[in-house]
Amino acid sequence: MNASLERKNSKGFDVRLIIYYFALVVIGWFTIYSTCYVPDGSNAIFDFTRNYGKQLIWIGSSLLIAIVILLIDSKLIQHYAYHFYIICLLLMALVLVIGTEISGAKAWIKIGSFSIQPTEFMKVATALALAKFFNEGKTSQEKKYTWLAALGIIGVPVLIVMLQHDAGSALVFASFIILFFREGLSAGLLILFLIAGFLAVFTLKFNETYAVALLTAVFIFMFIKDRTQKKKARRDVILFIVSIAFVFSVNLLYQNVLEPHQKERIDTIFGKTSDPKGADFNLNQSKIAIGSGGMFGKGYLKGTQTKLKFVPEQSTDFIFCAIGEEWGFMGTLVVFYLYLALIYRILSLSEKQRVPFVRYYGYGIAGIISVHFFINIGMTIGLVPIIGIPLPFISYGGSSLWAFTTMLFIFIKLNDN
Amino acid sequence: MEKRRYYIVLFALGLLAVVYIVKLFSLQVVNKKYTAQADQNAKRYITEHPARGLIYDRNDSLLVYNDAAYDLMVVPNELRAFDTSELCRVLDLTKEQVEKKIEKATKYSKILPSLFEQQISKEDYGYLQEKMYEFPGFFVQNRTLRSYPHPIAAHILGYVSEVNEEDMENDAYYQIGDYIGKSGIEKAYESVLRGEKGKRVVLVDVHNREVGSYDNGSEDVCSVPGTSIWSTLDLRLQRYGEELMKNKRGSIVAIEPKTGEILCIISSPSYDPNLLVGTARPKNYGELLNDPKKPLFNRALMASYPPGSTFKLANGLIALQDGIISPSTVYSCSGGGYHIGSHVVHCHNCGGLNIYSAIQRSCNTFFCRAYYNILSNRKKYKNIDEAYTAWLDYMMSMGFAKKYETDLPYELKGSIPTAAYFDKKYNNSWNGNTVVSMGIGQGEAAVTPLQMANMLAVIANKGYYIRPHVVRAIGKRDSLCTLYSEKIYSKIEPQHFETVLQGMKMVVTAGTGRGAKIDGIEVAGKTGTAQNPHGADHSVFALIAPADDPEIVIFCLVENGGFGASVACPIASLMAEMYLNGEVKRTDLEKRMKELSFR
Repeated sequence: MNASLERKNSKGFDVRLIIYYFALVVIGWFTIYSTCYVPDGSNAIFDFTRNYGKQLIWIGSSLLIAIVILLIDSKLIQHYAYHFYIICLLLMALVLVIGTEISGAKAWIKIGSFSIQPTEFMKVATALALAKFFNEGKTSQEKKYTWLAALGIIGVPVLIVMLQHDAGSALVFASFIILFFREGLSAGLLILFLIAGFLAVFTLKFNETYAVALLTAVFIFMFIKDRTQKKKARRDVILFIVSIAFVFSVNLLYQNVLEPHQKERIDTIFGKTSDPKGADFNLNQSKIAIGSGGMFGKGYLKGTQTKLKFVPEQSTDFIFCAIGEEWGFMGTLVVFYLYLALIYRILSLSEKQRVPFVRYYGYGIAGIISVHFFINIGMTIGLVPIIGIPLPFISYGGSSLWAFTTMLFIFIKLNDN
Repeated sequence: MEKRRYYIVLFALGLLAVVYIVKLFSLQVVNKKYTAQADQNAKRYITEHPARGLIYDRNDSLLVYNDAAYDLMVVPNELRAFDTSELCRVLDLTKEQVEKKIEKATKYSKILPSLFEQQISKEDYGYLQEKMYEFPGFFVQNRTLRSYPHPIAAHILGYVSEVNEEDMENDAYYQIGDYIGKSGIEKAYESVLRGEKGKRVVLVDVHNREVGSYDNGSEDVCSVPGTSIWSTLDLRLQRYGEELMKNKRGSIVAIEPKTGEILCIISSPSYDPNLLVGTARPKNYGELLNDPKKPLFNRALMASYPPGSTFKLANGLIALQDGIISPSTVYSCSGGGYHIGSHVVHCHNCGGLNIYSAIQRSCNTFFCRAYYNILSNRKKYKNIDEAYTAWLDYMMSMGFAKKYETDLPYELKGSIPTAAYFDKKYNNSWNGNTVVSMGIGQGEAAVTPLQMANMLAVIANKGYYIRPHVVRAIGKRDSLCTLYSEKIYSKIEPQHFETVLQGMKMVVTAGTGRGAKIDGIEVAGKTGTAQNPHGADHSVFALIAPADDPEIVIFCLVENGGFGASVACPIASLMAEMYLNGEVKRTDLEKRMKELSFR
């Protein structure tokens, strides 16, 4: 099928997604400009030594990537999904050998003055690979095998990311749970997953003794209730033992595996330490920035917290601070609207697909974007620990913008069939 | 089933979004504390201390000006870990001192700047300014220090020092570390001299560096410099007087009688006002305070002396006014003096003399008799109490036994006892002779040099005085201050002053004060030798010149100087010459007086 014929079959690229994309990118650039703005100095827009100048390059190149994706044959995307996945894995492995360390994570490949973070592309590649795998796996009818293999597709990159000391990015891969859920992961497993999450949080917030006490109380209650039914009673005992083991392993992980700064961040979020000048200085300053924005904000280029560098990493991970400070709660609502509309659009379009591959992919990337969005904003307001992951489309950074552009425009292209 | 899971996913994401939006709403809209914290982070309020008003002498010569100084300030809430040892090294402090200063500042306010170290040197200032980013929470504030081009008039100019808690309670204008006039002109004219503090709001970044003004300076308030003051003092006369009084204890007060303006006011020993400025102030102040010569004590306003024979002028005026004597009344002085029973007030057997000669020769007998007759005048006064009270009234009308309450620091009113005092002392049994020594300026009467000078002004003005003061103009040299311009009339009629002045002229032409003669100027004067129970007599001289149209009255007292004619008289005369002629021709006399020492 040649290109002109395909065009005729096309229902047209989804305009709404493209509008949301541009809105977020434009907001991103203006916010980056604001965070770099020097009140009494020179702020020439095409100053490529400044982040906003560089971001213009990233935006320009991202548009090229978008156009290329929209022009290629969508069949190629599905066809080369595994190849893309393997290439990204190799790049990730390469990082382990020749990578550069930036703020604690050895996740970057330096080429000249530019740094590329393969992890960002790994997310797209994993989404594509999973989609392809599910697309083929359904026919094999071997459900259990399917789930384990799918976990493997996610697990390998996660392992490498962990080796790069980039725990934040590793967490993002958990977003595929949305895809799993949609594709029939049993509710029981999901509940188990949620209980595990609750237990982990409980253990970190208080300590393992309280967690064990809680578990024992629940177990005794359940056991008395189920004592007549042998099967259920046995299930209770097994669950109890597994839970205790889980609590202790969480504790072990926290005590022995986590780096001190990661422990500090977790302590901060659970209110175990309070030292506004020390460990949670960043979180505190971030909350001050957003909180001081009020209803309508301080006005563009007028945020003192961000202008005067009280907020760290303000053009990348903490960029939401500048939006909250300068545009207030109204700005917050606009940003939330754009993201939620974008995610909803991806999910609802996914549901309408005749080709399951596109639905799998759509759910995969909706999950990734959601996790990025909720974790990034959650950390700036103290709802989740400080995890260094960017705000999609808005944060400064070439790898991130390229990867999210690729991610979204592949979906737009696939949706157009 | 798939459709249901789609909705569950949407619902879960939606729920999460609601939680976030509620949290953000409470953070941004409900909770106001973050706005305040952001301001506290970024804004620093810098007080702009205005330059204090300058003080000039009556001829536009500068007496007090300002010098630049730098204070290191601290804002406790902005403090982060810093290199204490480096700060200790630069400021020459111990670690404990630094901790104590921070503790003190924290106690005062966590968010307002406190003084950490005052008046750091220009070198330290330069060094710290470069390294400020290493000391978050600290900043340097410019201010000014008083400086004195001439080391004179310390008592009258007064001094400024840091406000204490009482000052801050009395006037909310003052904050810790501010300066306030504590004495002299600095105190009396504090509200004029201090100006109005200004405020600058600047933005500081996370590294404690100033990055510009807040909101283009919309909240800034300019400071208003203090208003300058022109004092009544004559720099040249003041300096000359202090030179003459070197190595002597005592006082010289000179007044322009027509205006009540104090031309010079000398209290010796004195001190260099520059000693009470800057970081050396506490040490120097302590030394001055403990100096047995009491340099901080302002004798011109606070010391009570027996006025000696210069008091005879006032008593003569009262006797004339009460009709006890007339210019032609003659009293006889013989037998060695004035006899009260076995007690004798000694004199020189002057023979018969009228008031002119009595003043010229300073006859004790004449004035004892006159004083006795005033107090024994039963035609006019029923009893001794009434007569004495009337006499005290005359005295007070000439400015004795009271304060002038103008702009002079810590003035005292001397002491002339009341009738009630003598009633008690002598058990209601006393008469004119009991207190007769006051008639010649001895006994219970004690006056300040300023009061004596004021009495001379009354004589020079032939009946009135204007309360003596030390500030002439405020703001501009010719915008004269009219606060103290009221003529206060004595109870003596003008013609009697002619009589006394005539006597005083004779003192200089052919009497006890011949040493006061100045070529080309007619001088009126009166010598005095104040008996001093504690040692050698005080030498006293009262001078009015030119006698017919007085421009200056001078009262001079040199403690333990002996006869009035020998020390106080030539000194007062030299002062008058300096003031009226602009130079002194009698350089031998001047040299001799400067070299005299009574300590």
